[in-house]
Amino acid sequence: MAAEHAAGATPSPTEYISHHLGHLTVGEGFWTFHIDTLIMSAVLAVLVVLFLGIAARQAASGKQTKFLGFVELVFDFVDTQVSEMYHGDRRFLTALALTLFVWIVAMNTMDLLPVDLPGQVAGLAGYDGAHWRILPTADLNGTIAMATVVLVLVVVFAIKAKGVGGYAHEWLTAPFGKNPILWIPNILLNLVELLAKPVSLSMRLFGNMFAGELIFMLIALLGFAATNAAGAAAVPYFLGQVIAGSVWAVFHILIVLLQAFIFMVLPIVYISMAQEHH
Amino acid sequence: MDINATFIAQIVVFLILLWVIFKFIVPPISNMIDERQKKIAEGLAAAERGQKDLDEAKSRADAVVSEARDRANQIIDQASRRSNEIVEQAKHTATAEGDRLIAAAKQQIELEATKAREDLRRQVSDLTVRTAAKLLGREIDASKHADLLGKLASEI
Repeated sequence: MAAEHAAGATPSPTEYISHHLGHLTVGEGFWTFHIDTLIMSAVLAVLVVLFLGIAARQAASGKQTKFLGFVELVFDFVDTQVSEMYHGDRRFLTALALTLFVWIVAMNTMDLLPVDLPGQVAGLAGYDGAHWRILPTADLNGTIAMATVVLVLVVVFAIKAKGVGGYAHEWLTAPFGKNPILWIPNILLNLVELLAKPVSLSMRLFGNMFAGELIFMLIALLGFAATNAAGAAAVPYFLGQVIAGSVWAVFHILIVLLQAFIFMVLPIVYISMAQEHH
Repeated sequence: MDINATFIAQIVVFLILLWVIFKFIVPPISNMIDERQKKIAEGLAAAERGQKDLDEAKSRADAVVSEARDRANQIIDQASRRSNEIVEQAKHTATAEGDRLIAAAKQQIELEATKAREDLRRQVSDLTVRTAAKLLGREIDASKHADLLGKLASEI
C-alpha cells in the first residue's frame, strides 16, 4: 500500500480517495470514453468467452473433464433458474442469464484485487499517477449499458408476445382502465414502471460495487496511517488494515456473487412478466 | 459518476458477448446436457427392463425347478412301486416254482413208493410161490394158479 502517486510526496487521504475514483478518460464532454472501464470489461469478456469456450469445445467433442463439470454446474444453475421463471423456448434467455451472471461475477471479482495494484502496475510501466479504475461494475456506464439492453429486450419480448397493437393498447389502458381520460395517467405509470426496472437494476449493482470499492479504499487508508506513523505506533494501523481488509474481502465474495445473481434473475423475471397478459 | 459515450461502447461490448455466448457457447453445452439426460433416462429404463427380465427369468427358473422336482418325485415313486412289484412277482414266482418242485418231488416219491411196493409185492408173491412150491414139493404152475396168486398178491 505504498504511496505511488505524485512522485515522492505522500497524498492526503482526500487526494488518495478522489484519485482512486478517477477514470482514465479520452475525449471531451459526452464523447468521453472511460478507457479503464472499456478495457477491463472487454478483457474480462474475452476471458469469459475463453473460459466458457473451452468448456463448450470439450462438450462438443464429448470429452468429460472436471473443468467442464464445473462449467456445467454453473450452466445448470443458471438454466434451472431460467426454467423456473420462464416457460417456453428459453435458449436465448439462458444465454442472456449466463452472459450476465458470468460476466458480472468476473467484473465484480476485480474488486478483490488490491486497490493500489493498478496504480502500482502503471507506475512500473512508467505511467506514474495514472488513473485506473479496475472495477467496470462500479462505473455507472457499465451497469446502465447492461440494464439498457435488458430494457430493450423487455420491450421486444412484450411486443413479440402481444403484437405492436396489443402492447400499445396495454400502455394506454393498463392499469387504470379503458376510459380515454385515463390514457395519460396510464402512460405515465407504465413509463415509470418500465424505467424503474433498468434504473433499479443498474443502480443496485453500481451502488453495491462502488460502496464496496470505497470501503476497500478506506481500509487501505489504514495502511497509509501505518506508513505515516513511526515505529510501534504503526502496528495497530497495520493490524487493522489486515484484519478489516480480510473480513471485508471475505464478505465481499458474497456480495460479488449475490449482486451477479440478482442482475441475472431480475431481467428474466422482467422479461417473463412482460409476456404476461394483463 | 458521469454518463458518457462509455455507456454506448459498453452496450456494444455486452451485445457482442451476448451474441457469442448465445451462438457458440450455449448450444454445445445445452446439447451435451440434453444428450446426457436422454442417456441417463435410457439407462434407467434399460436397468428397469433388465430387472424385470431378471425377475421373469427367476420365476421361470423356479417353475422349471419345481416341475423337475415333481417329475423326479413321480419317477422315484414309480420306480419304488415298480421295484416292489418286481419283488412281489419274484416272490410269487419263487413260491410257485417251489410248490411245483415240491409237488414234482412228492409225485416222484409217490411213484417210487408205488414202484417199490409193486416190486415188493411181486417179490413177495414170487417168494410165496417159491416157498409154497418148496413146501408142496412141486412146481406150482403159475399159469394154473394165476387167480390164486393174484388173490394172494392183492391180499399182501
